[in-house]
Amino acid sequence: MTAPLLHVDGITKRFGGFTAVDNVSVAIRPGERFGLIGPNGSGKTTIINCISGALHTEIGRIMFNGEDVSRLPAYKRTRRGIARSFQIPRPFKSMTVLENLLVAIDFAAVGHGLNVRQQEAEVGAILDKMGLGAKANTLSSQLSQVELRKMELARAMAAKPKLLISDEAMAGLSGSEIDEVLDLLVALNKEGITIIMIEHIMHAVMRFSERVVCLEAGRIIAEGTPAEVMGNTRVQEAYLGA
Amino acid sequence: MRGLGFWSGAAAFVALAVVSTLVIGNEYPFFAGYIILQFIVLATAWNILGGYAGYVNFGTSAFFGLGVYTAVFMFKGLGAPLPLQILTAGLVGAMLGFGVGLLTLRMQGIFFSIATIAMTIIVETIIINWKFVGGATGIQLLRPPPTPPFDSYIKMLFVVAAIMVVIAVATARYIQGSWIGRGLRAVRDDELAAECTGVPTLQLKLVACTISGALMCAMGAPAAMYLQYADPASAFNLNYSVSALAMALIGGTAHWIGPVLGALLLGMTQQMLTVTISSEINVLVLGLMLVLFVVGAPEGLIGLWRRMRGQTTGGGSSR
Repeated sequence: MTAPLLHVDGITKRFGGFTAVDNVSVAIRPGERFGLIGPNGSGKTTIINCISGALHTEIGRIMFNGEDVSRLPAYKRTRRGIARSFQIPRPFKSMTVLENLLVAIDFAAVGHGLNVRQQEAEVGAILDKMGLGAKANTLSSQLSQVELRKMELARAMAAKPKLLISDEAMAGLSGSEIDEVLDLLVALNKEGITIIMIEHIMHAVMRFSERVVCLEAGRIIAEGTPAEVMGNTRVQEAYLGA
Repeated sequence: MRGLGFWSGAAAFVALAVVSTLVIGNEYPFFAGYIILQFIVLATAWNILGGYAGYVNFGTSAFFGLGVYTAVFMFKGLGAPLPLQILTAGLVGAMLGFGVGLLTLRMQGIFFSIATIAMTIIVETIIINWKFVGGATGIQLLRPPPTPPFDSYIKMLFVVAAIMVVIAVATARYIQGSWIGRGLRAVRDDELAAECTGVPTLQLKLVACTISGALMCAMGAPAAMYLQYADPASAFNLNYSVSALAMALIGGTAHWIGPVLGALLLGMTQQMLTVTISSEINVLVLGLMLVLFVVGAPEGLIGLWRRMRGQTTGGGSSR
């Protein structure tokens, strides 16, 4: 078995007396398509925040690419290759789509030594791939919901990640839009990027993931192939409250 | 080519300032003009942190006042010449900016603003209790003779202020167009998203706070000789904080030209009112204009101009 790209090693996250994540361990191998599911409030986004560095854990370690990143600030983790999108899109509103991506190029993909023209060409290529080519000079505050979702993914991609965490990138999208985003994620994965998908839209996660973990109240209650997890009685109870 | 235009404009501006001091005999235009130039520097410096990064600093008066007292100390204690006073003040301001930034920039939004007000009170209290620089009663200063070719100290200070305007505006313009400026805009728009896009938010805010503090403090130094007097109540007057903020907001915070326009507009209006009506009405006008702009043109003069041209791209990319 190859060494995992990301190893979440026994992390616990408490907010005051409330334990949002309770001793969770997950190992994700390079190139994997990994799905993280669970009912509302089960701790999915908290885990993502701990991995990306938006939150710090008191207990447990986050190992990325063989390095302990638990104590690193978020921007350093991004530079090492952990990129994410947000559940509620967080664009840089005063900037155009192009400029949003240039932030990532300037700061996350540092050391590439590109000049301005090369940077803009690279951003243009990413935007074309994401189907946002025509929107490069549009203010991000004027984008539609699906365009915002795509821009978040594009901005994450501009950071040249090894691991892309997609936090409900499909929430609020229509059926055909979901397919569009799903196709994008599959295409990115084919290029070798490991992807963690958090999603409430079951058919999307199930179609996408090679392996799924289900959380409930901050603990892992099931792990396996999509079919195995869906067939698990505890998962069904957690979702249906039976 | 934009750089060439900017620098030739700056050179012309300084040259004009020098020539006018040699041609015009009356001191008063320079006495009034100095104040306007001073506010261009303060508003520009404020905008580097307040406008670009969105961190509203109410501590302009702390930096300015500390600059005044650095000059007083350097002059009384060491007999330092004006350039050295200004340079030292810049250094002190940078250190205060860095220190305060380190302590307060982890706070976001209104909490940062409150902390900067607290800092002003702390710095002022220290100066009030420092006898060597005059304490609460203040201190009289005797100007040395002006350096040729200037025939009056006020005219010389006017040219010094003009040079400082160029330094401040050039710094702000550089930051705006550089990767630092893009990072600061990302911080202003969404700090968490910026951090997760690889922006070292704390470091960038510290850089902005240090540069902003250095410029404000440096501009305080010549004020000691301008007034030939320093006392804590006027050196740390809250008016500096409010004016710098108001001028930047009225001009527009997204572009370096905004604070310059705001300071020119407000500064000139205030000077004219001081002569024609009374100096008390200044504050009223400042308040009124701030309210008018916040309601009518929240993006300042720059926003108004852009709206008139029907431009939709926001921000301030000078590329």
